[in-house]
Amino acid sequence: MFTDIIETRWLVVALGVLASLLGAPFIAPEFYTYVLTLIFVTAILAMSLNLVLGYGGIYQFHHAAFYGVGAYAAALGITKMGMPVWLAFILAPLIAAFAGLVIGWFCIRLTRLYFGMLQISLGSLIWVIVLRWSAFTSGDDGIHGIPLPAPLETINGAYFLNLAIALGCLVAMYFVIRSPFGATLQAIRDNAARCEAVGINVRNHQLAAIVIAAFFGGIAGVMFVVLERSVFPGMLFWSFSLDVFVMCLLGGWFTFAGPMVGAALVILLRTFASRYTEYWTLLLGVILILLIFFLPEGIMGFVSARFKPREPDGGAA
Amino acid sequence: MEFLQQITFDAFLSQLLVGLSRAMILFIVSAGLSFILGVLRVPNVAHGSLYMIGAFAAYSITNAFGSNPAGFWVALVVAPLIVALVGLVFERVLLSHLYQREHLMLILFTFATMLILNDLVKMVWGAEYRSVNAPAVLAGSVDVFGVSVPRYNAFLLVIGPLVALGMWLFTAKTKIGKIARAAAVDREMVGVLGINVSWIFAIAFMIGCVLAGLGGALVAPTLSLTLGMDHTIIIEAFLIVTIGGLGNIWGALIGALLFGVTQSLGLLVLPQFAVVFPYAAVVIVLLLRPTGLLKSVW
Repeated sequence: MFTDIIETRWLVVALGVLASLLGAPFIAPEFYTYVLTLIFVTAILAMSLNLVLGYGGIYQFHHAAFYGVGAYAAALGITKMGMPVWLAFILAPLIAAFAGLVIGWFCIRLTRLYFGMLQISLGSLIWVIVLRWSAFTSGDDGIHGIPLPAPLETINGAYFLNLAIALGCLVAMYFVIRSPFGATLQAIRDNAARCEAVGINVRNHQLAAIVIAAFFGGIAGVMFVVLERSVFPGMLFWSFSLDVFVMCLLGGWFTFAGPMVGAALVILLRTFASRYTEYWTLLLGVILILLIFFLPEGIMGFVSARFKPREPDGGAA
Repeated sequence: MEFLQQITFDAFLSQLLVGLSRAMILFIVSAGLSFILGVLRVPNVAHGSLYMIGAFAAYSITNAFGSNPAGFWVALVVAPLIVALVGLVFERVLLSHLYQREHLMLILFTFATMLILNDLVKMVWGAEYRSVNAPAVLAGSVDVFGVSVPRYNAFLLVIGPLVALGMWLFTAKTKIGKIARAAAVDREMVGVLGINVSWIFAIAFMIGCVLAGLGGALVAPTLSLTLGMDHTIIIEAFLIVTIGGLGNIWGALIGALLFGVTQSLGLLVLPQFAVVFPYAAVVIVLLLRPTGLLKSVW
């Protein structure tokens, strides 16, 4: 595990970041508060993907499907089924987790690229249904102006709720990864055949990872509803999954904080570079290619390699 | 089943032919993707962008000829070559250094390329919708079994099998094709035999690009060209290649037929949800045969 000094160092960094985040909305203009909140949402989405992608080595190619299911479940629960907001917010991640169970159950018997492709098809089925079932989902237009309780109608209300949810998710995901279950998952990623041989049920562990990741993805969907009070079919489109996938690999998919850093970078790049150039995706593409050639473990992979000596027996992670 | 009685034989046949001609374009693009997957082991996410470049290049070439009907035919030849050139530079300068990397990295890398190419297309051609007119020979419609079919669709129905035949002749009869097939199965062994695998990869990548560009040029008269067209095709092509069996050209043909026909026939049954059918077909195929219909080289 870690040496004590690294733990302390990271703890100091974390507390500093937390203190600035708590103070930020009182100092920064509203627009920056909005961007920060969007970063929270996206960071939780990217980190939830990394639970399966980085720690499980599973080709989760349509993670945005669960994000979209969570967001749509919350939105439809409130607007079409008249649920109390909090009930909808609690049910939505559970529905996303159920979607993860169903999709995962089908996909888990397939390997690698085939797994990813089946997942894209199943996720795309959800997307098409949302797009075409206009009577229920409002189709292409999406659902806007979802009524939320008064404190959440302000940007600061959304900011603090999302900050609290994000912190809760971070702690929960950290415990998932550090748990025996998380350790088993990483062992399966590194050598599935050996795990099978010592009696671990590989498929069940992978399925559980998919369900957990879908649950947190669903929470990110709810966070999006808190921030934007709207949902639209693009959230479920497969190419958005690729964006999230990029955030994980950009930040470093073998590290805990990497996807968060990747998400923040992509959102900041999109927000600020797009003011100066309409070709900001070209910039992102160039950054990614440079990264692949020079920092293949992502930004946090590079940073943590600097701070942490390699484990002597070269544990494959 | 009341709705089934409303479907006339003529409507069925005409939808079938529309689906088949759409499947021909899907096949040509997917065959290129499948070939690159098979020989180079690269899941090339940028393949859709190459198809888009083919379509926009066809637009520019046809435009340059003004009202001269030769423009379209020149475009059909030159646009794929332009794409192949772009592909060659890309493969030699960047991609060839990354073959040892794992698939996720290759996906990330080709996705980054897709982002870049998409913006380059925006720089060169702008964000407006563009359209290409087919030459007069291919305008209007012809009768097939008493059903009136747009001439252009009939033309696609001829081109598709010709491309399939060409690919078969290339891989089965030419020396380079045979080496490429061998490299798909065991690249180390091919290298040990003293063959320059590096150039085989470059040629294989170019062939994939030619097919992407040809697909783009062929699709140009059938829809308005937009910057989003790469997103649509790439996902369809990947699904087609997957249900066919990764790296199997004939699998790509079967997959494309399944994809195109289920969608167009689905329009007869459930017009609003027709888009569901190809995805459902993919799900069913993968559940029944987890590595695709035909033999996969992966």
